[in-house]
Amino acid sequence: MTNLGTADPKGARAHAHAMAGTKIEAMPTVPAGSSPDLPPGVVSEDMLWEETVGAGGYASKELTRGSRLRLTDLYGDSCVSMLVFNSERPIERLNMADTVKVQWNAYLQAGRLLLSDMGRVLMSVVADGAQTHDIFCGPTNERANQRTYGDGTNWSQFPNARDRLLLGAAKFGLGRKDLHPCVNWFKGVRIAEDGATVWEGGPFAQNRSVELRAEMNLIVVLANCPHVLDDRTQYTVTPVRICAWRGPVTPQDDAIRNSTLESERAFLNVEEYFRR
Amino acid sequence: MSDSILADLHSPILLDQIVPARAAWEHVVRCGETLRIIDLEGNQAVDFLMYSLRDDAERYSVQDTIAAQRNLFLRSGSVLMSNEGNPMARICATSVAYHDTIGGACSCESNTLRYGHHTKAQHACVENFLTANARYGRGKRDIVSNINWFMNVPVEADGTLGIVDGISARGMYVDLHAQMDLIAVISNCPQINNPCNGFNPTPIRVIIAAGDPVVT
Repeated sequence: MTNLGTADPKGARAHAHAMAGTKIEAMPTVPAGSSPDLPPGVVSEDMLWEETVGAGGYASKELTRGSRLRLTDLYGDSCVSMLVFNSERPIERLNMADTVKVQWNAYLQAGRLLLSDMGRVLMSVVADGAQTHDIFCGPTNERANQRTYGDGTNWSQFPNARDRLLLGAAKFGLGRKDLHPCVNWFKGVRIAEDGATVWEGGPFAQNRSVELRAEMNLIVVLANCPHVLDDRTQYTVTPVRICAWRGPVTPQDDAIRNSTLESERAFLNVEEYFRR
Repeated sequence: MSDSILADLHSPILLDQIVPARAAWEHVVRCGETLRIIDLEGNQAVDFLMYSLRDDAERYSVQDTIAAQRNLFLRSGSVLMSNEGNPMARICATSVAYHDTIGGACSCESNTLRYGHHTKAQHACVENFLTANARYGRGKRDIVSNINWFMNVPVEADGTLGIVDGISARGMYVDLHAQMDLIAVISNCPQINNPCNGFNPTPIRVIIAAGDPVVT
């Protein structure tokens, strides 16, 4: 028996309804267009997603071709692990090896593409105010967080990125076998001449952001957990803001599309896929 | 028959096979056994995946392996990690300075980006991985980023990377000591558009021996 007036259904309903209008930092804004702080040049009708994901949080969403996705590291210590699937056929997904091999480069930055395992471009990086990202080291797992923080389960204070990604993917019917190698935004890994991974972990300036363009219809899964190379013994990660809005399908004269032979072919394969 | 390549392996030799050029191969390797892969003619990329025999949703993870050793290259002593953070196998010996694990497998689809649409009909490692795995109910979801034994992918200071001329040679080998019961899957790479096979795919030899190699 509590003293909250919840002993009967009407009382319990009144108690639940009294929470209406509660605002915290780590929550979605619904509808997204009601945000008081829209991205520059974006009208509220075009907003698709406005959500702040807190320490250890995750989110997943379908985005249609042409949509823009902006991630903002609000306080300089976010680490956003991301999976990307073709929402029409999720068996097509981000391929980390093809992304670096086909583009002949190890680093994600403005102008680079995220490539699928089917020879198509899933997303383009259209702007990058951070320039410290990682495609090599992947998410933490439960074992790693158990070692570093004493716990790593989804029900602990120290959830690991892989199991957050699993939950985000599971909401779309995907499972453990679908957790492909991820991208980590905002925490950088550079490669030394001997192959060593050199971590660029910050903390960085506030409000660095990266903006991506969906080149196919996608499921994106995001988790905001400490980077696997982060050697701080405290579970340290700060909230990330996610904004997405409608945009045009990439035109044939797009500079990124035509920047390299490989890029043009990846876009040609996407355009062929959507010829229906 | 004397065969010097077997001299430092424990008996019994459980398997000794030639994998033809361009072919797929798969076999169980039990915990404690050694899998030796021999580059018979030199500079033959061997694309390699492995799964836990007990639960094939646990499999080789390039990112867990790199993060655990804080280095891209696979060398003698490298521990190959699973997506669950468990050691799957250890490179207990190799005569090649380092091996690749960031270059992934060639596919018909990625070949269209890398070389042009005229390469789409060529055989590719993903085709081999799918063929070998399909017999056991595994499919495209199981084709994760792999290891490329005997393949050379340097990364320059500005991030430029690529598959370049190999550093392996005739008779060079790698020994893997299994740390759990494994399903090992190989695609003996058929790529002919870059130097990973010296533009000429060749056979390899695979040996499974009981126990770890004899220390000499």
